Amino acid sequence: MTKKHKAIALISGGLDSLLAVRVLQEQGIEVEGINFYTGFCVEGHTHAIRNSDKDKQKRNNALWAAEQLGIKLHIVDVIEEYKDVLLNPKHGYGANMNPCLDCKIFMVSKAVEWVKEHHKDGFDFIITGEVIGQRPMSQRKETMPIVAGESGADDILLRPLCAKNLPETKPELEGWVDREKLYDFHGRNRKPQMALAKQFGFTDYASPAGGCCFLTDKNYSDKLVDLWEGRGSREYEMDDIMLLKVGRHLRPKPEFKMIIARDAGESKYLEGYRKQFVTIQVVSHNGPLSMIDGKIQAEDYELAAGIVARYGQGRDAEEVKVEVSVPGEEVQTINIKPLAIEQVLEEWHV
Amino acid sequence: MSHFELDARRMLCPMPVIKTQNKVKELSDGDILAVVCTDPGALSDIPAWARINGHTVLGHEENEDELTITVRVGG
Repeated sequence: MTKKHKAIALISGGLDSLLAVRVLQEQGIEVEGINFYTGFCVEGHTHAIRNSDKDKQKRNNALWAAEQLGIKLHIVDVIEEYKDVLLNPKHGYGANMNPCLDCKIFMVSKAVEWVKEHHKDGFDFIITGEVIGQRPMSQRKETMPIVAGESGADDILLRPLCAKNLPETKPELEGWVDREKLYDFHGRNRKPQMALAKQFGFTDYASPAGGCCFLTDKNYSDKLVDLWEGRGSREYEMDDIMLLKVGRHLRPKPEFKMIIARDAGESKYLEGYRKQFVTIQVVSHNGPLSMIDGKIQAEDYELAAGIVARYGQGRDAEEVKVEVSVPGEEVQTINIKPLAIEQVLEEWHV
Repeated sequence: MSHFELDARRMLCPMPVIKTQNKVKELSDGDILAVVCTDPGALSDIPAWARINGHTVLGHEENEDELTITVRVGG
């Protein structure tokens, strides 16, 4: 009996990985998906937190893609391991804090580990939705062999959408996959993918050119760099990277940053951090909860309280009552005039 | 058949799905797992995960800000 060779596919939830899997399924090859959660993945967290976004779709695109394809999906938490990729990228960063090439190498190397662990179940090779020239940093003709080599995948890494532009891989050489039925896509033009999606009957796929990582976002990257500079260290925890997605961030002093909720949903989210961080809230009027990240001295409470008050309904009042809660201490109350808009300096905004 | 509970409160998706997936790996077919979450995204993600991986969502309950999704391991 001929052995069936199975593939594990890196699934981001975008169109390319969706197509890459379907191309192999058309050849009768069994595929399962793997998705790596770095903590920086765009997963609708702010939708989950913000009141104004409650009606927006919250689906996880990787799960949705797997369901469309009828394949199993393994979601792997790589938050801890990913720190080294972000902090020490051998190939450097892109336009922002995105270590795209190192990230791709890392994810393929994790897929190699997975194949080794599941070889007994028939898994022999890895597929990705990569297309030569699609991405300026990680998907170029020169980077394709780098990803295959540095990840340890070598010739068991197949890119079905651009395989015809690349040397033959083991699945093709061994006849597990028919190279003639693979594709030769290249460049940033998305029309070939869209035409193939139409042919396969995919209509509701995630934004074709959309990024799936917060690290490619300038505002997010700026906040991350500010966090590291403020602490004098590039260490971070899961809570840190989540909090960068929440609220307005202002740094009125180098030693501390304020995260000010933008609506009731964000205030509720920040409530969960009351036991860990200093929090400040106007209690005489409706207003947002603010959390202090860093070390705030008692003489700066009034400044911080004045800033928080600026973003509440008492912003035009002569005086508002503000509570400052320091974990493990009694709540302090301050009566303060909210800062005028021009007193909240532009350079404080992160 | 045994009943288990998983606390996924304050976790944002896909963490509740990952925790569910990892817990289910320790369980046997027919076991019941109640996942308690606060991220409303779990209401679409956990059932989607269950469907593609051959598990069954028996139902869900919403209680103030918490959501309990009950999954039966296996079909």
